[in-house]
Amino acid sequence: MLQVKDLHASVVDADEEILKGLTLDIGPGEVHTIMGPNGGGKSTFANVLLGRPDYVVNSGSIKLDDEDIVDLLPEQRALRGLFLAFQYPAEIPGVRPWQFLKAALDARRDYAGEKPLSVREFSKLFDEKVEAVGIDPDLVKRSLNEGFSGGEKKRNEMLQLEMLEPRLAILDETDSGLDVDALRIVAEGVNSLRSPERSFLIVTHYQRLLNYIKPDVVHILVDGQIVETAGPELALEVEKSGYEKYLKAAAG
Amino acid sequence: MTLATARGEKYAVDFKALTESRPVSDWMSELRQRGWDHFDSIGFPTERRGNELWKYTNLAALDSAVFAFQRDEPGEVSAEVINECAPWSDDWTTLVFVDGRYSEMLSHVSADAGVEVKNISDAADDATLRENLAQHAAVDESAFSGLNTAFLADGGYVKIADNYEATSPVQLLYFTSPGASRASFPRTLVVAGNNSRSKVIETYVSLGAESGFTAPVAEYVLGSGTGIDHFRVLVENEESFHIGTTRVYQHDNSNFTSTSFALGPKIGRNDLHVLLDAPGAECTLNGLYLTTGDQHMDNHISTTHAKPHGTSHQFYKGVLSGNSRAVFSGKVLVKKDAQKTQAYQKDLNLVLSHGAEIDTKPSLEIYADDVQCAHGATAGHTDPEALFYMQSRGIDQKTAQAMLMRGFAAEIVDSIGIPALQDFVQGVTENTIPLLQAAAD
Repeated sequence: MLQVKDLHASVVDADEEILKGLTLDIGPGEVHTIMGPNGGGKSTFANVLLGRPDYVVNSGSIKLDDEDIVDLLPEQRALRGLFLAFQYPAEIPGVRPWQFLKAALDARRDYAGEKPLSVREFSKLFDEKVEAVGIDPDLVKRSLNEGFSGGEKKRNEMLQLEMLEPRLAILDETDSGLDVDALRIVAEGVNSLRSPERSFLIVTHYQRLLNYIKPDVVHILVDGQIVETAGPELALEVEKSGYEKYLKAAAG
Repeated sequence: MTLATARGEKYAVDFKALTESRPVSDWMSELRQRGWDHFDSIGFPTERRGNELWKYTNLAALDSAVFAFQRDEPGEVSAEVINECAPWSDDWTTLVFVDGRYSEMLSHVSADAGVEVKNISDAADDATLRENLAQHAAVDESAFSGLNTAFLADGGYVKIADNYEATSPVQLLYFTSPGASRASFPRTLVVAGNNSRSKVIETYVSLGAESGFTAPVAEYVLGSGTGIDHFRVLVENEESFHIGTTRVYQHDNSNFTSTSFALGPKIGRNDLHVLLDAPGAECTLNGLYLTTGDQHMDNHISTTHAKPHGTSHQFYKGVLSGNSRAVFSGKVLVKKDAQKTQAYQKDLNLVLSHGAEIDTKPSLEIYADDVQCAHGATAGHTDPEALFYMQSRGIDQKTAQAMLMRGFAAEIVDSIGIPALQDFVQGVTENTIPLLQAAAD
């Protein structure tokens, strides 16, 4: 489904590369995790996949179903099925979650050649998902993410994930700053959406979330490159022994 | 003869013609003459050096423009056009003025026992009118108060009885008709009795594309414990000059809430001053301005706290694009006696193009020692983080930007609270967003 090959990327107008030849394959229905020390490029990678304009891809390719998406706009990537649950979701003053998601879902259905949902159909779906994700219904009447607590923002990301049903969902440190209850909600969201067609890429610093979501593949990202790829047992190993050995190897 | 004299003579000719064609009662005639004398002695404030009040707004183009003053019958406006171009509800009382002249035929009155609504020139015998007219916007306060008073004729006069809660809003709707470059000097006076509640809308709309000049003066007097929700809606064309003066006088524990919406003029000025002249008075002055092309909108907002326990809010928001320019010059003066004053000022701007410019200057002048005041101003492009967030959900950049602009305006628009008016302002904003976007970088 997603094939990343020898990807080099840096911050716009900066010389130093953050991603230095990253290669990774994710098949349909697979759950992958990227772990690694801070500053290794995890968040950069998640954002580069969605085309955040702060980053520039210098070389390499990102293929989604054999189509290179490196030159596509973020919205074009989203319409092709990519989704990013943000580490720090932006606050959108004056825009209500309902209105925002309606616009997003309309765009998606339009791209797929489907008619937009009626306001009634949309409301029904929206209310169901709000309840499922456990968001305070009063909260979604406010401006999107404005004045939301950290946990509420993350739940709101899960609401959007459930509404938009992407083919590849990237979770950028969604677990950071969450209490156990919120963590469980995120995990339940992901687990309930797992299907043979839908893949996940979970970016995390800690193994904690992986107690609830069992990944198929674990990658270690250090200094802009994947340095090790293995099964779920790798996460536990890292939890025990830390990233030191990788850092030493990278420095050496 | 210099050119300046020639222009002065232009208004002089119109003034003389008016006194002949539209005679008014003696006291009004006297006011007119005082107004003319003041304007005639100072002319337009075109001086560029040391002219603090007009520092960011150059009136040279206004000074050199020539307009036809409407002495006789106003230009024609149909009821259909009104419905299209102005806020309207059959539940309201709306007095319609075309080119400064009252049109009984186009006006619509909804009976409301405690609310008197009249054309000023038909109310010369009204003692309250006489006591208050030109008392709060002094004739010699500025060139524009002078000029407006010199041409005193028609205008909206609203009187609300003591302890009366108005059942529906009153709108004073001032049109400039198409077909000529017209000048008009609308006058508004609202006197709200003690403990009354009312909603008053002043609307200024230019219907044609010609350059026009509108210099309204409005005075509001709030009795003890009185509440007025005031709205000032400006939808002028981009060749027009609009220099508006609003003066508000508040007695104790009164509450004046004002929302200004400004769209269009080549040179626009919303000069609003509120005097909190008794304890416990409160005012909230909100505004939204949208500018593009070569438009220029100057919001000159000031509040004077003269007595203790007053509260004031100034909250203006602007969206600027193209080569337009906007000014927020907000002032709060807290006098020595005005202890326990609370005053807040905020001006937030979305600046969408490099050619656009905002001059924002919130300022506090405080002579009391026990006060709570805060002010702030921002100017920036649509938040790139917010844009990326929305795009990452599949919303294209243009749509996302429009949603952000709509959201930015919503804080003011959604607070209007009169459905037909809110719908109108929302509609105009919605139609303007693509124009702002088209002129953005």
